[in-house]
Amino acid sequence: MKRIVIFGGTSAIAECAARLWVARGCSVFLVGRNAEKVEAICDDLRVRAGPSQKIGSAVADLNDHEKHAALVKSAEDELGGLDVALIAHGSLPNQTECEKSVAQTLAEINTNALSVLSLLTVMANYFEPRGNGAIVAISSVAGDRGRKSNYVYGAAKGLVTLFMQGLRNRLAAKGVVVVTIKPGFVDTPMTKDFEKKGFLWAKPETIAAGIVQAEERRSDVVYLPWFWRYIMLIIRHIPERIFKRLSL
Amino acid sequence: MYGNGRSYGDVCQNSSATLLFARGLNRFIQFDGSTGVLRCEAGVLLSEVLDLVVPRGWFLSVTPGTKFVTVGGAIANDVHGKNHHRAGSFGCHVRALELLRSDGSRITCTPTVNSEWFAATVGGLGLTGLITWAEIQLIPIASAYMTTEAHRFRNLDEFWSLGEKYEQQFSYTVAWVDCLAVGRSLGRGVYFIGEHAAEKKPSSSYRSKHRSVPIELPISIVNHASLALFNALYYNRPLSAQSKLEHYEPFFYPLDSIDKWNRIYGPKGFYQYQCVLPFANGKDGMETILKLIGQSGQGSFLAVLKTFGNIRSPGMLSFPRPGITLALDFPNKGEATHRLFSKLDQVVADSGGALYPAKDARMPGELFRSGFPAWAEFEKYCDPKFSSSFWRRVMKD
Repeated sequence: MKRIVIFGGTSAIAECAARLWVARGCSVFLVGRNAEKVEAICDDLRVRAGPSQKIGSAVADLNDHEKHAALVKSAEDELGGLDVALIAHGSLPNQTECEKSVAQTLAEINTNALSVLSLLTVMANYFEPRGNGAIVAISSVAGDRGRKSNYVYGAAKGLVTLFMQGLRNRLAAKGVVVVTIKPGFVDTPMTKDFEKKGFLWAKPETIAAGIVQAEERRSDVVYLPWFWRYIMLIIRHIPERIFKRLSL
Repeated sequence: MYGNGRSYGDVCQNSSATLLFARGLNRFIQFDGSTGVLRCEAGVLLSEVLDLVVPRGWFLSVTPGTKFVTVGGAIANDVHGKNHHRAGSFGCHVRALELLRSDGSRITCTPTVNSEWFAATVGGLGLTGLITWAEIQLIPIASAYMTTEAHRFRNLDEFWSLGEKYEQQFSYTVAWVDCLAVGRSLGRGVYFIGEHAAEKKPSSSYRSKHRSVPIELPISIVNHASLALFNALYYNRPLSAQSKLEHYEPFFYPLDSIDKWNRIYGPKGFYQYQCVLPFANGKDGMETILKLIGQSGQGSFLAVLKTFGNIRSPGMLSFPRPGITLALDFPNKGEATHRLFSKLDQVVADSGGALYPAKDARMPGELFRSGFPAWAEFEKYCDPKFSSSFWRRVMKD
């Protein structure tokens, strides 16, 4: 069965995905920042896992790019090889505070984009010579167009999306799959300050099921839930002359 | 405190105040496959426990009639099942739990350590604090299947004698009663018995036909005509004389296969009335109650009669106690329904019985306090920052 490393393993979506993968018989290695949470999630996964499945973990701050290669190595050692990487870490920046502070803007870009680019590169270089593997990363519909309400987050996710597009192109001939996940609004601790009502808000379980399916189908770009593809199609095609006056 | 919202009344509501949603506490912590001891967070659903443990040869020691309740909710309501005469209530199988109080302190309680907190929290309706995790004892099973039998009984007397006979022999017993039957047929129904099957079956996973009531119906389709027709058909349907093998799902959780079944009652919804009467006055009291319901023509298909055994429930406010319990849905017909409830309340009070808080949305405070005399002692353990609509309602008058 597949051996999967998950970065940002304590995020709600990642935890749900880990449960689904463990239920399918996969082995999982989690990387997260909060040791207590990492341990609690690993305990849960160990209870769910069968005797032949491995559950491992490491505690790390992924803003520390230097450590990425070593983390991948320890995941590989623990699971005896890797087949899938899910990059799921991130934060939701406070847009108004970022507008006042360059330092905070760059810190958010670092967390949501540069650290992801680093991991994508390390994973690509891991899988490329082996000629197989899947790299799945959670970008966002917010990366499809810049908007005043969250363009720092949007720009970071846009960078991830574009980088993955290029990476997919590079690895297509090498048998390595690159899957870009673009969720819409998801009811998780990251969005705890929002009023979560209406059909646009999805449960992390739904997004996780979409991720597991996208990896199985070796998809390229997946909007979750599916209808966001059409919402973003419209939003991307509004002429800038009009768009710049809108409050979205 | 709100787990998965399967209590029928307001024990899981807190109107004009904050409600804590516990479903996020949904992780397993530890499972010992050799002893059947499971530790998990309190928001884990019983259905999730079953999905995990049944393939490994274990089952819940006690399960209520729906598996879509949380472990914390099962403890806080000290729920019971069809095997009460053998196993007692859910709380009897809780080995330990952690209580998080609003002052930030955490109390680990077991039946012997911090036992007063344990007794207050089991059946404590979520008022003593937040249950963060619990450790429960499971029972071993040889297969996911049940051997079951169904026997018709013509009246209440026959029910009593069937009960005496079958409770000796079987782990699970429960009866459906025709709440419209009057006169000589008063209390007629069908008696169900079951046992975990001893033989190993290939563990083919059960696929229930998933059905749903897609919309809330504009009016209740449960009325006197539909009820009389259904009950007559159900009572008279052919029953096999032999025992049959069926999966545990339809045996324990018949309603769980119909998603949002409550919508059949229309926008006004329904009440459930579940009482227990002690054995001493139980037979006469139950007869009076069934007569009153039969005369009123109200009630529903879902009428369940069961005897509780003598195993003591561990909670101060636990509902299960030796006696006879009747549970019944009533479509909400406003005043008419409330008038009937008042009459039934009188019988319950006169018999020294009690109503089940988990199923209640209207009992008078006086009836609660007479049915749960430990309420005053219990109040000392309530968390000062915790309350519920139910608690304010039964404590105000």
